[in-house]
Amino acid sequence: MEKRLLHITVNNETHELYVEPKRLLVEVLRDELGLTGTKRGCNTGACSACTVLLNGLPVKSCSVLAMQADGTEITTVEGLADGGKLSPIQRSFLDHGAYQCGFCTSGMLMSATALLKESPKPAKEQIIEAIHGNICRCTGYNSIIRAIKAVAEGKYKEEE
Amino acid sequence: MIQDFVYSRAKTVKEALDLLEKYKDDYKIICGGQSLLILMRQGLVAPANLIDIKGVEELNYIKFKPKGGLKIGAVTTHSEIQKSSLIKKHYPVLIDMEENLASVQTRNWGTIGGNLSHGDPAGDPGPVFIALNATVKMANKERERSIPLEEFFIDYFETALEEGELLLEVQLPVVPPKTATAYEKFNIIKNDQGIVSVAASITLDSRGSTCTDARIALGAAASTPIRARKAEKLLIGQRLDDGLLEKIGKKASQEADPVADIHASEEYRKYLVKALTKRMVKKAWERAKIIARKGGL
Repeated sequence: MEKRLLHITVNNETHELYVEPKRLLVEVLRDELGLTGTKRGCNTGACSACTVLLNGLPVKSCSVLAMQADGTEITTVEGLADGGKLSPIQRSFLDHGAYQCGFCTSGMLMSATALLKESPKPAKEQIIEAIHGNICRCTGYNSIIRAIKAVAEGKYKEEE
Repeated sequence: MIQDFVYSRAKTVKEALDLLEKYKDDYKIICGGQSLLILMRQGLVAPANLIDIKGVEELNYIKFKPKGGLKIGAVTTHSEIQKSSLIKKHYPVLIDMEENLASVQTRNWGTIGGNLSHGDPAGDPGPVFIALNATVKMANKERERSIPLEEFFIDYFETALEEGELLLEVQLPVVPPKTATAYEKFNIIKNDQGIVSVAASITLDSRGSTCTDARIALGAAASTPIRARKAEKLLIGQRLDDGLLEKIGKKASQEADPVADIHASEEYRKYLVKALTKRMVKKAWERAKIIARKGGL
């Protein structure tokens, strides 16, 4: 299969690489760029473990062809921390034990990040709606909702 | 594993139509790909050519004119529809529909044109748009044509789109006065595809007591979204009461021709058509009554 040139910005870093057009975004992120924080869960578009932000919006990277992300800006879980400093939502997940096996965590963090950017003070219903597509097979939803709520309530504001 | 294909990207409608012509023997169009990639991954669809129209920006719009109605470009995403203030004001049922359509992630990348072209009888937009009397505009290299959406769906995953033809736009007429629409699907997990879905649009007379027009559309109740025309007829000239609702529900259920699958038996789907039709007709009727009392739209 003829490879095609892909220009993509991932976590503020620009990349130019040749990929087979049948490659999914999740495959390029993980296998070509080595960003394995994005998880490949169900691979059928059902679980959202592979959620990344594409031009700021959460999408399932297993359901987007890499070539369709040409020219876009992608944020993966590796892009959330600023230098070694975790983002508020990451710190809150740690404090609230908002993960069990951890497989859904990066997807949850991306959905939560997008939500908090769009509406910094979401109601509980909005939080539930925002992570509705993200499946946690450990069923640890309550602690995840609490973690997002804590950030929304400003508990992680400018904490040094 | 996705089979190999030749990838082409169109930036304009003209480029897209040229590509469709060039590869007419064996192609698939991809827009958001939220349904197509699932089928390609399973090997159920393996086109030699994949034509990407996601970047055809001239088809990304939501326009409303008080006399002309609504026009939605084919590559408009579900999220863009969900967040449109124009749609919220003039076609609020579409917001209800989008809020319950798949997940945020899917709505952010999936498009309205892709959804309709996929031709899944369980899709949400089909019955809702049919209840709203939608038309779809298509084009090939030679000509443009528009047909009512209910004629667009031919069979399971089969549409009226001919070889070389591209879906351009969904058009909705202005909602008639004293008219309201309601839509609901029945599912086990919120936002899943409906096991059965029903959309009903009801128009009342000037006093808001008698039904003068009705459109009832059923999803996942046959090989395509269908209208329950006999049930609609029972409503014309009538006032709403429980006896009438029962008759309409029963009639719609007789008009349904569902199949059994892992989600529900044929019998259960027919039962659901009856229950949801009763509910949606009542809901649309009550909404229309409120509108009639306000004396405006």
